[in-house]
Amino acid sequence: MLHIAKRRTVADRVFTGGLIACGVLAIVPLISVVWTTLSRGSERLDIDFFTQSMRGITGAGGGALHAIMGTLLITASATLIAVPIAFGTALWLTEYAASTTSPAVKALARTVRGVIDVLAGIPSIVAGLFMYAVIALTLGPGYRSGFAGAVALALIMIPVVERSGEEVLARVPAELKEAGLALGAPQWSVILRVVLPTALPGLVSALLLGISRIIGETAPLLLVAGFTDSMNYNLSAGRMISLPVYVYSQWQNKGVDAQAYDARAWSAALVLLAGVLLLHGLAGLVIRLQRQNRQVRRARR
Amino acid sequence: MTIKIENLNAYYGALQAVADVSLTIQECAVTALIGASGCGKSTLLRCINRMHEIIPGALVSGVVRLNETNLYEPQADPVAVRARVGMVFQRPNPFPTMSIAENVLAGFRLRGERLSKTESQETVEHALSAANLWSEVKDRLKSPGTGLSGGQQQRLCIARALASRPDVLLMDEPCSALDPASTGAIEELLGELRLAHTVVIVTHNLSQAMRVADQVAFMATTSAANGGHLVEYGSSTQMFDHPAQSATQDYIAGRFG
Amino acid sequence: MPLKQFGRELLVIDVLAPSDTVRSSGARHENAPHLSEVYPPGAPQLRQASHRDVLRIFSVVAAVVTLLLLGGVVVFLAIEGAPALAGTSENLPAGASSIWALAGPLLFGSLWASALAIAVAAPLGIGVALFSVLVMRGALGRWLGTAIDVLAAVPSVVYGLWGLMVVAPQTVRIYNWLATHLGWIPFFAGQPSTTGRTICTAALVLAIMILPIVSSVSREAIRLVPSSSIEGAQALGATRQEMIRRVVLPEARSGIMAGIMLALGRALGETMAVAMVLSATPFLVSFRLLSSQNPGTVAAYIAQNYPEAHGLEVNALVWLGLLLFAVTFVVSFFARLVVRRSSGGSR
Repeated sequence: MLHIAKRRTVADRVFTGGLIACGVLAIVPLISVVWTTLSRGSERLDIDFFTQSMRGITGAGGGALHAIMGTLLITASATLIAVPIAFGTALWLTEYAASTTSPAVKALARTVRGVIDVLAGIPSIVAGLFMYAVIALTLGPGYRSGFAGAVALALIMIPVVERSGEEVLARVPAELKEAGLALGAPQWSVILRVVLPTALPGLVSALLLGISRIIGETAPLLLVAGFTDSMNYNLSAGRMISLPVYVYSQWQNKGVDAQAYDARAWSAALVLLAGVLLLHGLAGLVIRLQRQNRQVRRARR
Repeated sequence: MTIKIENLNAYYGALQAVADVSLTIQECAVTALIGASGCGKSTLLRCINRMHEIIPGALVSGVVRLNETNLYEPQADPVAVRARVGMVFQRPNPFPTMSIAENVLAGFRLRGERLSKTESQETVEHALSAANLWSEVKDRLKSPGTGLSGGQQQRLCIARALASRPDVLLMDEPCSALDPASTGAIEELLGELRLAHTVVIVTHNLSQAMRVADQVAFMATTSAANGGHLVEYGSSTQMFDHPAQSATQDYIAGRFG
Repeated sequence: MPLKQFGRELLVIDVLAPSDTVRSSGARHENAPHLSEVYPPGAPQLRQASHRDVLRIFSVVAAVVTLLLLGGVVVFLAIEGAPALAGTSENLPAGASSIWALAGPLLFGSLWASALAIAVAAPLGIGVALFSVLVMRGALGRWLGTAIDVLAAVPSVVYGLWGLMVVAPQTVRIYNWLATHLGWIPFFAGQPSTTGRTICTAALVLAIMILPIVSSVSREAIRLVPSSSIEGAQALGATRQEMIRRVVLPEARSGIMAGIMLALGRALGETMAVAMVLSATPFLVSFRLLSSQNPGTVAAYIAQNYPEAHGLEVNALVWLGLLLFAVTFVVSFFARLVVRRSSGGSR
């Protein structure tokens, strides 16, 4: 007998069919989200949208320049805060703590890794509340600024960038570090001149993914950066709106011409989505370029 | 530069890798360390430039002298020791982010030593010539070092070690990852290097040891926990033609079948 | 001979001023300088001026800052949230009699919505992972994986808008049909919502948001199943379904579980999408899926009420945040336990 019992074939067919259905079913929402955002967002994607704020606008018109600027300023400063802490921690774990037998250092490294796992699980709104609590207990509860938002976002970004940074650093071949040490270089020099340059593409991609993780964050900024209709280039004082918060506030605080508010919300959502996908694409590109480089070199050997 | 090893013991945590080795290595000669896998010859080699210590939990006791200077004296800095004792590894490991020229100068750059432009150019040309690589790469010094063939990469690594003017050059099975032609090139190079350098090479390949070495040290271990000890040490002809110890004879005979 | 412990190697070398002797020797080519020429004999020749390893100090500081961050989060939330513990119906949000009376139903809502989301996302995510690794091998499977990862990149406000304006209106008819024909099942009982902004819709949107987490972690776990096991099962004549059920799923189980726990943590903390989609009623505890009366979630409640809150109400919201953090911590703790147990054998 060369054929399987009918019951088994049917079960296999049904099962495989189910798996295919899962694949299709998972793609439907993606297409729907992207399509809706594209079609409804393109409506207001005009020059005004990129050149005007919402100051004095109650109906149609206006734009999201203030929110775009706010997003850029807040994201950039969050990145500046998070990167040294995240990459510094990753370096310490992979390079310094790994080259010791001291039980105290090993215990500390384990604790730091555990803390990073917990930080990675912090809901973003809790990061915002934390920043609010810090502000309320130091500067007074009414203080709002882009910088406070940046710190809250940095808290979300640190574990993301640290984890992928650690992974990237751990992949630098030990042979290269040995080669550097054997030339009479101190460890810091080997890290600075061999390990970091070798890991650079991976670190850049980790950074880009970290940025794409926070650029769409709404809740923490809602709490500590607040929203405004006007331009604000000052990170240290005054409310500063970002694109995600702009989307939310356009939908939440609709004026008389509800259509105009919805249209602006979708356009901002489209800009945001495009930005996030661009960052993802760039991160993938950096990695792919490095891989191709290596393959070319290997082929040449 | 003569290397005098006195009562050297090396450990990985509780595991002993090298047991009480004393050995005087002649200058301007190639000395081969031979022996079965796990006999501690690579560890012994790594004790000569204090690379053994980078492994967490590694311990060393004993004395290694370069001429009169004890590398293990309390004030000695392992980093400074490594700048004077060059090393070439089993697998070629040029720095992938650096060009050929940058790889040659990597030692200076990594130690924070600045060279003038002419000094750099001279060093690159001299080190690559000394490694028999200059004519092959002189037109593409700015291209990445990892673009070279395996054998060329290994000679680049030798040039990188030679550029720092080391007193001693250590080689840990430098040909085991290479094809026969590249191995031949490295062996030829060793013949030239012996004229001006003290070279210590670990090899599994007995015919290679016979071809390149002036002196041969045979190490063996009685059991994995005991660590390798020195069985016999002498000139290449003596070791291969008239070994004094039966263990040496067995090892050499066994390999040659 | 003194034994030396070199485990912790002290890196002492001149950072700022390279040693001149070494530098000048670098240019000499003709014959190698002997140590005795470069350094006078008898002097401590192999010692270089000691400097601190600045990079080590920097990285230790960074690690300590990371460590302190977590402590800071807990301490500041606790200090700012604690006054709410003494709150009464006079000054708490929505006239709650105590902070626990407010928190209880919201925690229920968070758990209920997340559980529903997991119930949808877990089978779908595992299915997608199996599909992309074992059925659609090659380019199409990879492409599907990338497409699902894009779902993870979409910001939550965009999901909020989409859930509100696309999903909710579409579901109203389905909800009506379910209520008419399957109303005898307690979950579907009662008058269905006319806007579609129900806990069921919110859970569906949540499920799509956490789907990439489940599917990517499961994908990795399934990839780790040794191909020898898979080929072994196929050699024994197992169909694909039998191979997956008997070999792949048991071996990848702990990895898949870890992915589900991770996704659960994410669902519990999701704020904006739920705040925008779900129309919540305070203090409500209900398992009904289609009603216009829905329990709220902690995260969404905080976001919705924060702008208008004042006085002790803000403290109450901070305390809610601390509770939410505690719940997600417990979830991630179990997730790590699962992962550790699974990888414990191989380590």
